[in-house]
Amino acid sequence: MRFLFDSNTWQEIFGSIGKNRTRTIITVIGVLWGILIYIVLSGAAKGLDNGFEKQFQNVAMNSMFAWAQSTSMPYKGFKTGRQIQLKLKDVTILKNRIPDIQYIAPRNVKGIFGGSPAQIIRNGKSGSYAVYGDYPISTKIATKKIYDGGRFINDEDIEGARKVCVIGERTQKELFENDENPIGEYIRIDNVFFQVVGIHKYTPGGGFESDSDIYIPFTTFKKLYNTGENVGWFAIAAFDDADVIKVEENVKAVLKNIHSVNPKDERAIGSFNLGEIFNRIVGFAKGLTFMSLVVGIATILAGVIGIGNILLISVKERTKELGVRRALGATPKEVRSLIILESVFLTMVAGVMGIILGAGVLSLINKVTQGMDFPYANPTVPIPYVLGALAIMVVLGTLIGLIPAQRAVSIKPIDALREE
Amino acid sequence: MIVIKDLHKSYKMGSNSLHVLKGINFSVEEGELVAIMGSSGSGKSTLLNILGMLDVLDEGSYTLDGVPIKNLNETKAAQYRNKFLGFVFQSFNLINYKSAMENVALPLYYQKVGRKERQEKALKYLEQVGLREWADHLPSELSGGQKQRVAIARAMAAEPKVLLADEPTGALDSTTSYEVMDLIQKINDAGNTILIVTHEPDIADMCKRIVHLKDGVIVEDKKITQVRASQYV
Repeated sequence: MRFLFDSNTWQEIFGSIGKNRTRTIITVIGVLWGILIYIVLSGAAKGLDNGFEKQFQNVAMNSMFAWAQSTSMPYKGFKTGRQIQLKLKDVTILKNRIPDIQYIAPRNVKGIFGGSPAQIIRNGKSGSYAVYGDYPISTKIATKKIYDGGRFINDEDIEGARKVCVIGERTQKELFENDENPIGEYIRIDNVFFQVVGIHKYTPGGGFESDSDIYIPFTTFKKLYNTGENVGWFAIAAFDDADVIKVEENVKAVLKNIHSVNPKDERAIGSFNLGEIFNRIVGFAKGLTFMSLVVGIATILAGVIGIGNILLISVKERTKELGVRRALGATPKEVRSLIILESVFLTMVAGVMGIILGAGVLSLINKVTQGMDFPYANPTVPIPYVLGALAIMVVLGTLIGLIPAQRAVSIKPIDALREE
Repeated sequence: MIVIKDLHKSYKMGSNSLHVLKGINFSVEEGELVAIMGSSGSGKSTLLNILGMLDVLDEGSYTLDGVPIKNLNETKAAQYRNKFLGFVFQSFNLINYKSAMENVALPLYYQKVGRKERQEKALKYLEQVGLREWADHLPSELSGGQKQRVAIARAMAAEPKVLLADEPTGALDSTTSYEVMDLIQKINDAGNTILIVTHEPDIADMCKRIVHLKDGVIVEDKKITQVRASQYV
């Protein structure tokens, strides 16, 4: 070990590496390229992973939706084609029967699934927008970003069935002047005055919601549109450790039970679950990460083999020099260490340069994709990956260096010196 | 200093065995300057290689400075070479990417001498061979005679018991040869033991003793009156 920290050793190594610069540089580029590919690939994979996560961050990953349709089977004396209507009391039953449910938010909407959008009027400006009846709990399932100064619907709004609303960015743009603060202002929704209490920021993430949606308290919606106990659909979030697919099945079974639907009826209760899709995407990102690992490591390997190759040639060329060294008293161990350290050193230099370059390329890609509608964010390579790559390089460098080192030692000094 | 008894050495060449040294008895006292002469194929280089521990003997014994040289592994041989022997080669064998000083310092590196001390010593020996101001030059920037003087400085730097020179003037013109021999004589005057393999009679005459080898045996071993090289320089 002392050998490693001896400045003399390094001087010897620099001396022999430096004597053939072009070759050294080309060799180094081989490994550099490998580690560059590795870093860029795994960084990009991580970036995609982050990008997906960012797109889905507003939605609880283990969430699902359930809604009612018409039956496709007769059951308990009811005929086929009966329209099922979800009710508010279903919430309690679902929560009681399925302990895996963490949050359940009944929701209603006007203007998405049939029915005309609400007519919104303010100061002579008007528009048609979808209006949602919501409970505060719905933000636990799908986060709503509310701009500063505003708020989402709260429990008091629900209790008092207050006429308050949260509007979208686009609604704000279309109904208000640029310099106007909509908070506290009034708009007319289907001829009823509502006070604006918040503006929500729209984040793209699939689904049917948009940047013009207006949210009002569920209870107010009920009065406004005379929907009684009816619920459009349930947004449900399961506990983190629960299997959302299982929960989805249970929810459907319970709803069928409540509403006297044949348990085998596939159509009566519709559902959609984000967990499954999310898992698929996570799997895709994981696959990408794995691929990039494999490709990256293979490329590093190719580069390191290149170093071994060059060192073999170099040992052949330096036969005489190595013979002289041994005549002057270099032990086989010292000769071997010299060659191996050259190999490891070249690999490491190439590796570190590759990592730095790779980081540069990643940040460049990040800059370019910024603001593009592309799921790519904060491409980073986890430190363990980097350290792992370096460790792999040291190990490979040593192993590959062993071949030329053994070759160097196997040449007898006398033969080396005789070679003219 | 060197005692060799009944030394045999043969090389296997396929199915044939080539008997190169056939019973050499030979000893060298401290401070001697010995020329080993012989035509090519006489076994003189083989003898020098065995003396230099670059090759192993088949039979007989070899004692260097009271240490029996036998059953050496490569590591031990390297250590002994470093401690006991200095080599001078016909083709100089300087390391071409190292400066004169670094070349001279190399055996000291393998003796684990610290860098500062190594450089001081290297400069001291370069001074002795008259090449101090060439210390930072690469071998390619030196003439043949200068290269050989650097090689001699390198051989001396380790302060060996015996200096082994294999045709040290073989690649040099006669004037340069005499300069190199002058240097070798001076080193010998200082009390160092030196063995030179040569086939040039005038070079051999500059030694104090000539050993003639022919077909693997010593045919003549005589002390002579040394011709000083300085008169030709």
